[in-house]
Amino acid sequence: MSDFVSEFWNMYVIVIVVGSILACAILLFMQSKATFTPGKTMGHVWDETLEEYNNPMPRWWSWMFIITIIFGFVYLALYPGLGSNKGILGWTAVGQHKAEVAKMDATVKPLFDKYLAMDLKAVAGDKQAMEMGKRLYLTYCMQCHGADARGAKGFPNLTDADWMYGGEPDQIKESIANGRMGVMPPHEQLGADSIKDLANYVRSLSGLPNDSVRSAKGKETFASAGCVGCHGMEATGMAAVGAPNLTDKVWLYGSSEAVITETIAKGRQNQMPAWKEFLGDAKVHLLSAYVIGLSQGAK
Amino acid sequence: MIKHEQIEKSVGLLIVLTLLTVIWGGLLEIVPLFFQKSTTTPVDGVKPYPAVNLAGRDIYVREGCFLCHSQMIRPFRAETERYGHYSVAGEFVYDHPFQWGSKRTGPDLHRVGGRYSDEWQRAHLINPRDVVPESNMPAFAFLADVKAKDTVGADIEKKMEVMRGYANARGIPTYSDEEIKGAKAAIGDKTELDVLIAYLQGMGTALKNVK
Repeated sequence: MSDFVSEFWNMYVIVIVVGSILACAILLFMQSKATFTPGKTMGHVWDETLEEYNNPMPRWWSWMFIITIIFGFVYLALYPGLGSNKGILGWTAVGQHKAEVAKMDATVKPLFDKYLAMDLKAVAGDKQAMEMGKRLYLTYCMQCHGADARGAKGFPNLTDADWMYGGEPDQIKESIANGRMGVMPPHEQLGADSIKDLANYVRSLSGLPNDSVRSAKGKETFASAGCVGCHGMEATGMAAVGAPNLTDKVWLYGSSEAVITETIAKGRQNQMPAWKEFLGDAKVHLLSAYVIGLSQGAK
Repeated sequence: MIKHEQIEKSVGLLIVLTLLTVIWGGLLEIVPLFFQKSTTTPVDGVKPYPAVNLAGRDIYVREGCFLCHSQMIRPFRAETERYGHYSVAGEFVYDHPFQWGSKRTGPDLHRVGGRYSDEWQRAHLINPRDVVPESNMPAFAFLADVKAKDTVGADIEKKMEVMRGYANARGIPTYSDEEIKGAKAAIGDKTELDVLIAYLQGMGTALKNVK
């Protein structure tokens, strides 16, 4: 069951390794024969006066050498190294990793199990769980949502009370576990003029300055072009598809006419990755509770 | 028997003997790796880089991403918790040269594929501070201004043929003639930023979900 393609390479490694160690031993043995003769040199002179003495190695040095050779053989007997020989201890890097993970899992499992059995809202009220959630958040989530969880352009703020996919504990957990896929399609086929109308209408919904003639036309387009299908008749959004409420003051990409125009024309397909497989249920549970805790008391 | 003095006074002999000494270590530590199944056989799911990813990989190399990012998750719990399954040799059989790196100023990228959305990668490469205010990574906004077909994609067929040569020499699956012919079309009008993101999003996905 050797990893080598043929037995030759197994022998190749063994011969070179053992050969090299034995060669060192022979060299050492030959050197130990040298005796100390005061003033004996290697017989060559450089730069007029530079000579090299031919003295035996210091005793402590020879012993270090001998110990190294013995260490080499002991090591090769215990650990993998001699060709495909596995070593007496049966050590592998993968095995060490497994043991390390198993040890830590055994330590944290009671904690994880305890919180997993608790209701998300109850976990969100637990100080220790929130501490754990924070560590997890700072490892896996801050790259998009920010260290302060206030998000960035295109990445939702988690500390407010606005939820694109719903703010119920189960909905939040679903977002983290299975991810979310933005589905705002591009609408370039409507033409630049209609898109500008729509942008003005969208701005009017949340009380932002707008061109009233355009926004009136935009209102008709909003109904006829199918915007209502996701954002609803009242433009208050639909959590099932993640269509945001257009009447509030929360803007994921920005509220300027230029940005809204871009959103309508080019669409937005940002994505929340799914974490269930990578993190496992317990960590997703803790993270969900942490996110719920972040927005508690927010309006 | 060669005398000490002879070696010191004959440069040719000194060079030959020095080389032999240096080669000795390589003979033992490097050569057998060429004949180990775990280093030469692709693991399940690892395929040759599609043309777009291959072009993106050249951006990665050109911009020196490897100077700050490693692509090597070591089998330690601290690393597998953060990045995912540790790296195995069979995942790098199509990397010529591999991008393991040796320094982590930024995080390891071996399993970055699918970790973030394309949108995030775009925003982050254009200006890292827009999404991670604490970041000290340089901005690569200029990549969005250049079409990949004018730079890294210009000789993509040739590159794929070279890669095919490597794969054939080792008898592992490789590009078909159609894939090489369709390479230019696959890259199309994509910018350097697009192809780099494609490369990043394909990285380390074969073993991604194994824990």
